[in-house]
Amino acid sequence: MDSITSFFRDLHERSGINLTILYDPFDMDRFLHGLVLTVVLFLVSAVASVVIGLAGAGFLTLPYRVPKAIARGYVAFFRNTPPLIQMYFFYFGIGALVPTARNASGFPQELIDNFDWALIALSLYAGAFNIEIFRAGIEAIHRSIVEAATVLGYSKIAAFIYVMVPLAWRISLPALCNNLIELLKTTTLAYAIGVPELLYVSNQIWSDNINTFEMMNVLMVVYLILVGIVALAMHRWERALRLPGFGATSP
Amino acid sequence: MRGHVKLGPEVGVDLPLAKRRVRGAVEGDLASIFLAIAIVLGIVLALALLAGADTGLLGALIKWTPFLGKGFLLNVVMSLFAIFFGTIGGVFLGMGQLTPASWISLPAKILTQIFRNAPWLVLLFYCIFLLPFQIRIGGQTYAIASWLRAAIGFTIPVIANFSEIVRGAMQSIPSGQWEAARSLGYTWRQTVTSVILPQCVKRMLPPWMNLYAVLLMATPLASIVGAEEALTNARTALQAESNSLLLLPLYAYLLSWFFIYSYPIARLSMALENRFAVR
Repeated sequence: MDSITSFFRDLHERSGINLTILYDPFDMDRFLHGLVLTVVLFLVSAVASVVIGLAGAGFLTLPYRVPKAIARGYVAFFRNTPPLIQMYFFYFGIGALVPTARNASGFPQELIDNFDWALIALSLYAGAFNIEIFRAGIEAIHRSIVEAATVLGYSKIAAFIYVMVPLAWRISLPALCNNLIELLKTTTLAYAIGVPELLYVSNQIWSDNINTFEMMNVLMVVYLILVGIVALAMHRWERALRLPGFGATSP
Repeated sequence: MRGHVKLGPEVGVDLPLAKRRVRGAVEGDLASIFLAIAIVLGIVLALALLAGADTGLLGALIKWTPFLGKGFLLNVVMSLFAIFFGTIGGVFLGMGQLTPASWISLPAKILTQIFRNAPWLVLLFYCIFLLPFQIRIGGQTYAIASWLRAAIGFTIPVIANFSEIVRGAMQSIPSGQWEAARSLGYTWRQTVTSVILPQCVKRMLPPWMNLYAVLLMATPLASIVGAEEALTNARTALQAESNSLLLLPLYAYLLSWFFIYSYPIARLSMALENRFAVR
């Protein structure tokens, strides 16, 4: 460990390439915290957005107009407005209406802080895209399969949960993979409301050390690695779930 | 259009048919209501503006409307700049990906993947920090406005995304077309420019319009790097008013601007996709 830190310290002195995150414990610490926060932000909002997507797609299969209209309106709204302004709308707009509590030492504390708002905004944004993805997946299932389930005595809800969702899930996975990668990239927007995620801490680091160029490149590489991990994991999952003879779409 | 569409005799998965059903009915009902509300809101505001109303929150919204509109115009200008140069760049990069010469296709593929998978905001920071603040042309120094630097920052991911669209469309052309062109003595370049690409235009149009919508939705990021676009102007307005009750309506108002501009494009893109899919 010491040899690594001394190598990068030397590198800075010899070539001017200043990678403080690899030799300065303080910078390394905040960078890792940012990385963890980005990953947490991504994972939690990914799960929440999938739940929203399934619920919304379920709404769209209902024979009633009102839940359908709500799901469609939600999708149209979130897909046709900028995610950054959505985030501001939630954090500054709605956040201003949420009462503040007092913490143990008597200071005012927000009930829903900026990290929570980032989670909410990201989940709702990605959820809107997931509804479309799962809806397409559900509609790609032939009606005869649902009819078969009904004949076997499944109720409508049971058929949806045990027959439609597992099949639709497999059809939707490639599109879901793309959307989750988009979500990972969109977590950078939390920077704008002061959530100390990867971009935010990198900005702090390059402001303190004036090593903008190095940090930009580090940031780029880290995001590409994260995207690569998500893509790899999703492809693995896709392959593991593949049913023989089902899903002519996969080559 | 909505409701049940009779399915054919196919069994199992029928993606194209499902997609067709999706496109027709997507985002109907409440979305149209949203649009109607937004338009009515716009008309009311316009009337109130003419009448010279100047009271309360509505008055504040009206007062700042021209200022926000000026900012929004910059969002549109940045998006048009990026889509114009991004499309040109994307066509070349996309063709490059399919060039037989690997010293062209490999870098083209790598560039596409890097810039397609990096966050837009990170690419924007790159351009803001690395582009020069001013350039000298023939002894004259010209400052590069921050909106222009941001627009260049948006162009890069657009190039990479469009490159993938071009590659996908070119590969979707049946290989018989390539072989037929070759047997007629066309070179690779002639095949691409006069046989393959013209057929791709139709297929690329809907994803291209989607890309434009994504791009427009990204333009408020320019506020983070200091361009005076709609979101920056909204924050300026909020600071000037310093009324926390105005936060929610003003951001909602701003969202509706983007919605009104983007929603018709989304509908048109779906309609086009639908039309092309049937043939």
